[in-house]
Amino acid sequence: MLDSSEGYVTEDGRKIGGVVMEMKNITLRFGGVVAIKDISFDIREGEIRAIIGPNGAGKSSMLNVISGFYVPQDGEVWFHGSKRPPMRPYEVARQGIARTFQNIALFEGMSVLDNVMTGRLNYMKTNLFQQAMWKGKAEAEEVENREAVEKIIDFLEIQHIRKTPVSRLPYGLKKRVELARALAAEPKLLLLDEPMAGMNVEEKEDMSRFILDVNDEFGTTIALIEHDMGVVMDLSDRVVVMDYGRKIGDGTPDEVRSNQEVIDAYLGVSHD
Amino acid sequence: MGRRKRLAQTQSGAEGMHSLPALLHRNATQFGDAPAYREKEFGIWQCWTWAEAAAEIRAIALGFLELGVAQGDHIAVIGRNRPAHYWSMVAAQMVGAIPVPLYQDAVAEEMAYVLEHCGAKYVVCGDQEQVDKVIEIQENLHQVKHILYTDKRGMRKYDHSQMNALEDLMAEGSAGHARFDAELDRRITGIGYDDTCVMLYTSGTTGKPKGVVLSNRNVIESAKNSADFDHLTRNEDILSYLPMAWVGDFIFSIGQAYWCGFCVNCPESADTMMTDLREIGPTYFFAPPRVFETQLTNVMIRMEDAGKLKQRMFHHFMAHAKKVGGLLLDGKPVGFGDRMKYALGNMLVYGPLKDTLGYGRFRVGYTAGEAIGPEIFDFYRSLGINLKQLYGQTEATVFITVQPDGEVRADTVGVPAPDVELKIDDSGEIHYRSPGVFVEYYNNPDSTASTKDAEGWVATGDAGFIEESSGHLRIIDRAKDVGKMADGSMFAPKYVENKLKFYPDILEVVLFGNGKDRCVAFINIDLTAVGNWAERNNVAYASYQELTANPRVLETIRGHVEEVNKSVAADEMLSGCQVHRFVVLHKELDADDGEMTRTRKVRRGFVEDKFSDIIDALYDGSSSVSTTTEVTYEDGRKGSISATLEIVDAPVVPVAQHKVAAE
Repeated sequence: MLDSSEGYVTEDGRKIGGVVMEMKNITLRFGGVVAIKDISFDIREGEIRAIIGPNGAGKSSMLNVISGFYVPQDGEVWFHGSKRPPMRPYEVARQGIARTFQNIALFEGMSVLDNVMTGRLNYMKTNLFQQAMWKGKAEAEEVENREAVEKIIDFLEIQHIRKTPVSRLPYGLKKRVELARALAAEPKLLLLDEPMAGMNVEEKEDMSRFILDVNDEFGTTIALIEHDMGVVMDLSDRVVVMDYGRKIGDGTPDEVRSNQEVIDAYLGVSHD
Repeated sequence: MGRRKRLAQTQSGAEGMHSLPALLHRNATQFGDAPAYREKEFGIWQCWTWAEAAAEIRAIALGFLELGVAQGDHIAVIGRNRPAHYWSMVAAQMVGAIPVPLYQDAVAEEMAYVLEHCGAKYVVCGDQEQVDKVIEIQENLHQVKHILYTDKRGMRKYDHSQMNALEDLMAEGSAGHARFDAELDRRITGIGYDDTCVMLYTSGTTGKPKGVVLSNRNVIESAKNSADFDHLTRNEDILSYLPMAWVGDFIFSIGQAYWCGFCVNCPESADTMMTDLREIGPTYFFAPPRVFETQLTNVMIRMEDAGKLKQRMFHHFMAHAKKVGGLLLDGKPVGFGDRMKYALGNMLVYGPLKDTLGYGRFRVGYTAGEAIGPEIFDFYRSLGINLKQLYGQTEATVFITVQPDGEVRADTVGVPAPDVELKIDDSGEIHYRSPGVFVEYYNNPDSTASTKDAEGWVATGDAGFIEESSGHLRIIDRAKDVGKMADGSMFAPKYVENKLKFYPDILEVVLFGNGKDRCVAFINIDLTAVGNWAERNNVAYASYQELTANPRVLETIRGHVEEVNKSVAADEMLSGCQVHRFVVLHKELDADDGEMTRTRKVRRGFVEDKFSDIIDALYDGSSSVSTTTEVTYEDGRKGSISATLEIVDAPVVPVAQHKVAAE
């Protein structure tokens, strides 16, 4: 069923579309270390796709390949039906890919609002001079973008910290602000690097709800890396499992859960 | 003349206005382009004029007709303060239905009782969370015909065969207006002055909630009298942030707002209330003492972090304000020099402080529900903020007694409100009769009969007395909570609890001792105040529970208890109520666990049962007690926490001989 190019229907009735991004036989090496070894999988429109695996499995490297930050030595990345050449991060952003980081990369001294506004950079066309003059075109542009940002602030329920400097926020809220900034770019593909890392149960529940709502409300395709197996299994439509740079499983959460190789990788195998 | 005029009004409705839809029509035609509602959304205050609000409300009413809402149906409204929710209530009245606002933070089982009791066929929900609760309830209770929701988020996947967004309902209603206009107008003109206006469930410190039925007469007469009393005009701005299910919010945000025609401002979210308060700067304001306490605590904490100069200026001028500010507000004589100094202080300290608090335009405001600490009360009054107290109940459509300007004191609740008659019976219980007296408890004739007698007198359940010198009412305690100690002296827990709660470190207190030889207490610390203290004194703690067990915290609280004991000992009647032993509880008393009502009043009996092991330990002399407590999380799941609590002995002042309370 998964092979049909028209997509599939999830258990809860969402329609998943065709392939948005396809990784073909990706291999990534750092000197003598092989971080990713001959991995292929695809991401379909509207789905929540997870990449999981034990520490050092190559998950973050994989995400960096998707985001274009790393260029694999072998293999091809296909995005919207065409082969993607090596590109710079801003070119990737213009293609409609946004991401969050494992260890939060916000502007600590700036307010939440300003941080989220930076996510709109690709929608701002005025130049430095016009912005310095502000009146007229730059003002109209700011109003327009602020409106988009306010919708996201409302969506993620962070109105109360709108004017608060990011450095004063607790960890869980910072993660949410980072998600807000990524959303402000109105991405077609959203990459989340361990969105739940270091959170308590309540924060994890909130974040899960936001991820599901983003997917549901904006139809955003989401690829995420996560450690917490429970979260991944609840959230994702399909899961890729990596171990030591290899792909050892790929399928729905149920399929992956019953895959012997995956169980071995997570629980360890006895050596007798 | 005045009397006759009032009589004429009572028959035809005040000035011919015998329903809220009629008042809405008056406001929309007479001053249609004045602001009626504001709500902050997407960072901007969105505004609706009376004419626009009237159009929105009509659209909802038309939608209700299309849904088939019949006269006399109950429509529950569950959500935070938003214009759309207020509109739904008035729209319900338009079609002859009865709005029933519910507490949005209630868990599903609590809500189930109320929904079943009123038999609501339609429910307006604020968001997905509330819809989920109603759906959960609906599994056992197959009465809800249609659910409406205001926030569309996350709702797409739901089965919409019996569900719709309010927005879409309005569009459908407007589209079908040709079919329903005549019917709607017929229903609006058919509303009688004695028809039900709203049904409000009282939280009740004992037993199940009761549905208080208020008529249009109750609401409009009360709104009119109270508006006249404080000279409210249509230029007021209020901030609506208190639970919509509470009678006060209904009277302020709908009753008085429609009667006077003033503007109702709704905050962006519960978390932004303080910022929104500052931006709106209400002229008429209502808050329970807790809000004022929190604000004062925050001011004091921030002053401690301020520079030396600012601190000295603040303390210098606040001392002056304490001396003359209250007198100035009451219009009492004050010397020229003091006036000048106050004016200077106003420029340098009071004015900016009031702006920061959001009270820059504060003309009149009330606090009620609980006793307010005299120092807190005086702090606000000394700044020139006309904060007053009132005493009221749902059954009275709020107003029983109010403090007139110039006669404001921390220890009384004022004189009878206009048209209210008051009497104290032999046992000391307060009774009243007024145009605001409720119609009945819904489907509960027994309770109605035991509360309201044939002549319309209502028993409040509170014990109090009228001060002879001033004619003001003073409340002692809930009548059923007042008891006797083993030696016959009076036990009035509220009195002692309030004294303790006036310390910023202490959030909540429950005193026990009825029928015993001495009193013991449970204490909840205030995490904001104590947490800040801990931070400044390098006291490390990982959780609320750990902070409560800190020896230095216990020592501080012990100090507070000692001071209170001294002051209690000075009162002849209540000297037996000194706290001999106490524990600082490991969890905050919480409405989700049933320990408090939704309006945050302690359910004494429940707490006594739930923590009986701790009470036993307090009386048997042990030095600590291990206990396990069940807690309910916000989503309704249950868990438990265990702790070993240290029991602290507090010094008491020996009392030679207990005076016996007057029989």
